[in-house]
Amino acid sequence: MSQSKQTTPDDILATARALRWEIGRDFHERLVEAVYTDASRIADRAVTRGDGQARFDLDRTIDRIVTSRTWGVPIMLLLLTLVFWLTVSGANVPSGLLAGLLLDTIHPLLKNLAASIGMPWWLDGLLIDGVYLACAWVVSVMLPPMAIFFPLFTLLEDLGYLPRVVFNLDSAFKRVGAHGKQALSMSMGFGCNAAGVIATRIIDSPRERLIAIITNNFALCNGRWPTQILIATLFIGALVPAHLAGLISALAVVGVAVFGILLTFGVSWVLSRTELRGEVSTFSLELPPYRPPRILQTIYTSVIDRTIFVLWRAVVFAVPAGAVIWLSANVNVDGVSIAEHLIGFLDPFGLLLGLNGVILVAYIVAIPANEIVIPTILMLTVTTAGLQQVGAGAGVMFELESASGTLAILKAGGWTLLTGINLMLFSLLHNPCSTTLYTILKETDSWKWTVVSALLPLGMGFALTFIVAQVARLLGWA
Amino acid sequence: MMTDDTQAKTASACETCPVHHKANLLKLGVNMEDWDFVVALAGNPNTGKSTVFNALTGLRQHTGNWPGKTVTRAEGGFVYGDHRYKLVDLPGTYSLLATSLDEEIARDFILFGQPDVTVVVVDATRLERNLNLVLQVLEITDRVVVCLNLMDEARRHNLQIDDRRLARDLGVPVVPTAARYNEGLDQLLEAISEVATGKVVCRPHRIQSETPALRQAVSQLTRQIEAVFPNLPNARWVALRLLDGDERIAEAIKSGGLGDLSQEGREQAEREMSLALELEVQR
Repeated sequence: MSQSKQTTPDDILATARALRWEIGRDFHERLVEAVYTDASRIADRAVTRGDGQARFDLDRTIDRIVTSRTWGVPIMLLLLTLVFWLTVSGANVPSGLLAGLLLDTIHPLLKNLAASIGMPWWLDGLLIDGVYLACAWVVSVMLPPMAIFFPLFTLLEDLGYLPRVVFNLDSAFKRVGAHGKQALSMSMGFGCNAAGVIATRIIDSPRERLIAIITNNFALCNGRWPTQILIATLFIGALVPAHLAGLISALAVVGVAVFGILLTFGVSWVLSRTELRGEVSTFSLELPPYRPPRILQTIYTSVIDRTIFVLWRAVVFAVPAGAVIWLSANVNVDGVSIAEHLIGFLDPFGLLLGLNGVILVAYIVAIPANEIVIPTILMLTVTTAGLQQVGAGAGVMFELESASGTLAILKAGGWTLLTGINLMLFSLLHNPCSTTLYTILKETDSWKWTVVSALLPLGMGFALTFIVAQVARLLGWA
Repeated sequence: MMTDDTQAKTASACETCPVHHKANLLKLGVNMEDWDFVVALAGNPNTGKSTVFNALTGLRQHTGNWPGKTVTRAEGGFVYGDHRYKLVDLPGTYSLLATSLDEEIARDFILFGQPDVTVVVVDATRLERNLNLVLQVLEITDRVVVCLNLMDEARRHNLQIDDRRLARDLGVPVVPTAARYNEGLDQLLEAISEVATGKVVCRPHRIQSETPALRQAVSQLTRQIEAVFPNLPNARWVALRLLDGDERIAEAIKSGGLGDLSQEGREQAEREMSLALELEVQR
């Protein structure tokens, strides 16, 4: 074909169209084939295979067990339980020590210092009883479990176990009409839902990607693990003899996590049969070789990347939250503090759900970061339960030396086993944090799906806790 | 000059080797203003791209042993020799032809971001499949260094790889490495700097196994594209994409020039990054 002097962009497109017609529709396949042929020829020339294949076989033997139909899922649950058991039983002592240091020793020191320089009472209250205590509380509650949990989880990841999990869950995801790779974005969600939502980019069909985004919140994230672990230890572990407490608490946490996975399947199934109907795509998944984890480096990176990062985020949000909580507990309207007004207002609704007003207020305060739910609950409980003897006045978080101290405070706030269980359920099922919602908005570019992602789990959380509370009360358990 | 000191102290035979001056490597972390060269890091999933990235930048981006860990781009910087480099870690992909968002991000960056060097990290134990991506990258850009990673595992599996033969066949430098153990990274840096500064000129392999009809169609379209966009470094790739019916590329041509788009593409990729990097760390 001859070309005129002045070729224009439109000419190019016209030529392309004509040529496409000429070569036929299988251009893509032929191109891919050409690439493969060249690749295989070049690789053949460069690679010489030795004889020993022993290592390959070891990997395969392990894979046959951990991805077998019979053992795959039990082994998965066992590993998860082991990780939580180590976390629960290992975190208690350092938690107590940190609380003793930050709350019993440093807090009075700061108070004395403030008094000696004649700081006005409101400033002293705002800074030391509000901001400082909120941060100290976040650190002592969250640091120990995270410092154990994250390195353990990261070690599993480095070993190459995650792709095996995907392999085990793939057929289940297919059956509910979702993409097998959703197992990967879900695993990512166990760390951080916002990261999990971004990870759905590996899914190429928009329909399946949307399902993965909406259901990602059912994977418990960093910010929620500490709540689960603490409440399980306090309420569920306390039901059994001491030597079993750690194991039972761990099983309770695994139970909630597995329930979250089942909800992921359930909601995916419903979505793929209603709003998001369509074909299931297939993909090939490669099981990477097991690699010996470099333990020290793993511990280092997981402590820096995850533990410190999550802790820092929690502290950043705890600073304003601590100030707001202290203010709301100390500013009175009609003789009653703002906090008490709000809690009193939400209490009837909370009790209907087997929760209470304090928990609901805490979840509103914690919209930016789930990490501060527990500290907020404790601060508010002390305020409203009038536990003046533990703290030093309204809005002050108290000294506590052990988990039983926390339990005593919650019990004084009217908590029962039902409250504990429903808090664990509500922690699994409520709106994603604001960071995650922002990410969903950016990734889907749709307000509709962002709102759905926020309200769907929240509605489910209200419904589930309501049902559990009513059934428990009917049967006389609570 | 930074190297004087090291040169004076050493007296081994290695000292004439450029790799010897590893002391030149200065890891800059995320501090990467005023770079001289942009280096993209591409590769299949799970080949150790992030490990290479961390080793060169001193950043500690989380690495995981599973495919699809990096779905966004991460950036870091380093100084080697007299030049400052910005290193961009692209999402791992098996190909640049397909449709998912992670592949598009990688493809767009190599095509529109026009990095000075593209390092393709390759799993030495799965060379054939990994070469598919290398060949596609070679279609887009000439300035490529192949990082033949996971050599430790290849040895463990008794695989011998003739990296010189490979380099000759591909027409670009090939550097065997075991990034987890910091093996071969000096040579990799040297190869990157040689390609970046133009000391080594690549003669990349182009797909040969295409049918004559295909080849003719491609060259005809390539000539036309070159006539309209004389500054485009990869007209052949654009032709291939047009023949494959890539709407995005067709749009780019219609909307008044790939030249504008390359700038726009780079900026858009940058914007995407700001949020993504934040979340990458959060994990």
